[in-house]
Amino acid sequence: MLSVAPGPHISAARSMRRVMIDVLIALTPAAAMGIYVFGWRAGMQMGVCVVSCMFFEALFQKLRKRPQTIGDLSAAVTGIILGLSIPWTAPWYVGFIGSAAAILIAKMLFGGLGSNIFNPAMAGRAFVQACFASEMTTYLLPDKSGPLRAVEAITQATPLAAGKFEHVAYSLQDLAFGWVNGSVGETGAIACAVGGLYLILRKSASWRIPLGMLIAAAVVAGINQALTDTVMTVGHHLLAGGLVFGAFFIATDPATSPISRRGRWIFGIGTGVLVMLIRLFANVPEGVMYAVLVMNMTVPLIDRWTVPKPVGGRVKK
Amino acid sequence: MTVAEAIKIPGKRSFARGIHPSDKKSLCADATIEVLPTPKSVLIPLSQHIGAPCAATVKPKAEITIGDVVGDSEAFVSAPVHASVAGTTAAATVTTLPNGQHVGAIPITATETQPLAGQGLWDDTYGGDWPADSIDSFDPKQIAQAVRTGGIVGMGGATFPTHVKFARNPDKPIDTLIINGCECEPYLTSDHRLMLEAPEPIIAGALLSARAAGAERVIVAIEDNKPDAIEKMQSAASGTGVDVIGVHTLYPMGGEKQLIVAVMAREVPTGGLPLDVGVVVVNVATAAAVARAVLRGKPLTHRIISVTGEGIATPKNILAPVGTSYADIIEHCGGLTESACRVISGGPMMGFALGDLDVPVTKGTSGVVVLTDEQTHKAAETACVRCGRCVSACPLGLVPTRIALAARNMDWEMARRYYITACCECGCCAYVCPAEIPLVQLIRAGKAGLPKD
Repeated sequence: MLSVAPGPHISAARSMRRVMIDVLIALTPAAAMGIYVFGWRAGMQMGVCVVSCMFFEALFQKLRKRPQTIGDLSAAVTGIILGLSIPWTAPWYVGFIGSAAAILIAKMLFGGLGSNIFNPAMAGRAFVQACFASEMTTYLLPDKSGPLRAVEAITQATPLAAGKFEHVAYSLQDLAFGWVNGSVGETGAIACAVGGLYLILRKSASWRIPLGMLIAAAVVAGINQALTDTVMTVGHHLLAGGLVFGAFFIATDPATSPISRRGRWIFGIGTGVLVMLIRLFANVPEGVMYAVLVMNMTVPLIDRWTVPKPVGGRVKK
Repeated sequence: MTVAEAIKIPGKRSFARGIHPSDKKSLCADATIEVLPTPKSVLIPLSQHIGAPCAATVKPKAEITIGDVVGDSEAFVSAPVHASVAGTTAAATVTTLPNGQHVGAIPITATETQPLAGQGLWDDTYGGDWPADSIDSFDPKQIAQAVRTGGIVGMGGATFPTHVKFARNPDKPIDTLIINGCECEPYLTSDHRLMLEAPEPIIAGALLSARAAGAERVIVAIEDNKPDAIEKMQSAASGTGVDVIGVHTLYPMGGEKQLIVAVMAREVPTGGLPLDVGVVVVNVATAAAVARAVLRGKPLTHRIISVTGEGIATPKNILAPVGTSYADIIEHCGGLTESACRVISGGPMMGFALGDLDVPVTKGTSGVVVLTDEQTHKAAETACVRCGRCVSACPLGLVPTRIALAARNMDWEMARRYYITACCECGCCAYVCPAEIPLVQLIRAGKAGLPKD
């Protein structure tokens, strides 16, 4: 019996699951740095989010009597990113409810993988930020000397909050390596960048979005540094908070970013500018989450305006 | 070719994007072309080209010989078809070509003794002398007429009638003829073998084609994964003024638009033809057929076919009569292996899968590729995550996933906005898609459904 199908009859054989495994591999340095700095509770935070995200996706598909999709591992990716973007001190139900919002509302209700408008992890984080404001902004830095226990932790502002509200700048070295306070994964700029470069080398993420975002943020931070007497230099803004993590792992989510090359530049630059505008002028210290969510809304429009010119030029319509 | 000549060819030998599939050509790149023993019967389709189908010109039970016309048409964009064996015709029937077209066809039962077979057939088709110095004595119109009479169509697979390319348009003069020896489809080696074993008729045909089209310059372009063919063609071309160049091995280099960019650095306008940028592209096998039609007065009745793939017992390159059934050809190559799963007419990127092997090969059949179970296994289709791999692969700079989405939703306004008609269906997008979305099939269906305005 001959099998008949339309061409092409061969393929590069790289499945969606493989793409997601690439993202998980790329997240490993950031996750490892988070656990190293904040201890096993940071790992628990990611674990809770991954299990919850996969549980909610399976539940949704079961209720809708649709084939199971958790095998593509996209829910696991959302879980890790969500777990990395909340403080390690937040109780388990914060991650659990955040996962529910991310998967059920932001992802599955919009049609599942690829059809969502908002980055699920960021939508989930925004949800719990609104519900659990104090849990989401309590940052404790564990004592570097001993095993990490909450009772020994020092309550401390995040570098961005310290810079914004107390006019205290952290050392750039601590920011780069991650010996600072913040959400689990957003502290180690170098760890995030290493994973991000892996993603780009594997062509599993666009390089235009992170590059555009970092350049735009640096330019705005530079203008701010030149015109005001802030303690926050360009380096501080680039290395602190979730900018590097967001540039490589959140803004690059393909489902919620433009598809054309020009569109990706616009999206990256727009996100970088928005991050800085929020950091400088809004009443919150960090802006990656809101910047990404706002830019997500512009994606259909960017896509429409940046249809690439075909080889041979545009045809008259 | 000297360095100075190389500089005059403006293209960068490459084009943007495209893909690098494993070429699998070693399966039969070293297999010398064998002449297929004359089959017991052939079935000559009355339409083997793009354009108007032919009407039968022979009656049933007629005694005919190789080269007799069996179908012709008055239309300009058409090409006559000829008997490929000597024998007796039967009543016209209908067959289904691999691309799904239902066409009329004339069955011919071969006689015991054939006027041309074996070595004699080879010598008549590709052997002997191909005087390149007498070409200036031919009138361009005379060449185009001989090409039409010979039923010559594009043998790279597109089957566009070749004499139409030679019809001169005073508004769009041709300056360059590119002879396409890229053979960018994986597995296929028929053009490669032809260039190695019969470079002289290709060069003669190239010069004749250039004269017919009015091109001052002839460039033979060959992918650089065939250095032996480049060398052979360069020595055959020496002293004729024909340049032979290597181009990068990048699929789909053999596509006209990509090749013209790679060689001449000119972009064929979207919706236009190579002649809009002063270029005509002719495949190497077609060029050899042109030489044979003009210099020897012989029509296109046979062609070289690569019978290859992991699913065939003995991969071979054969010279077979047009109209031979795929079943006969596969049997000659030892039959299918146990794991054989899909028989493809043409290459694995743009070829068509066969459901029935008792159908005839045509002038455009460059290969028969048999793939195994394991190779054709595809994961289930999943949702598009807009990863953009198709955008990075599309040689025409399109956004395949958006066109396919528009076609699926029959959103014709969006399909046009993303230039659906510019797609050449090369398959790069579907090749790289991690979601296994049948992009080419969707786009093809979209083109068919697009309302005419």
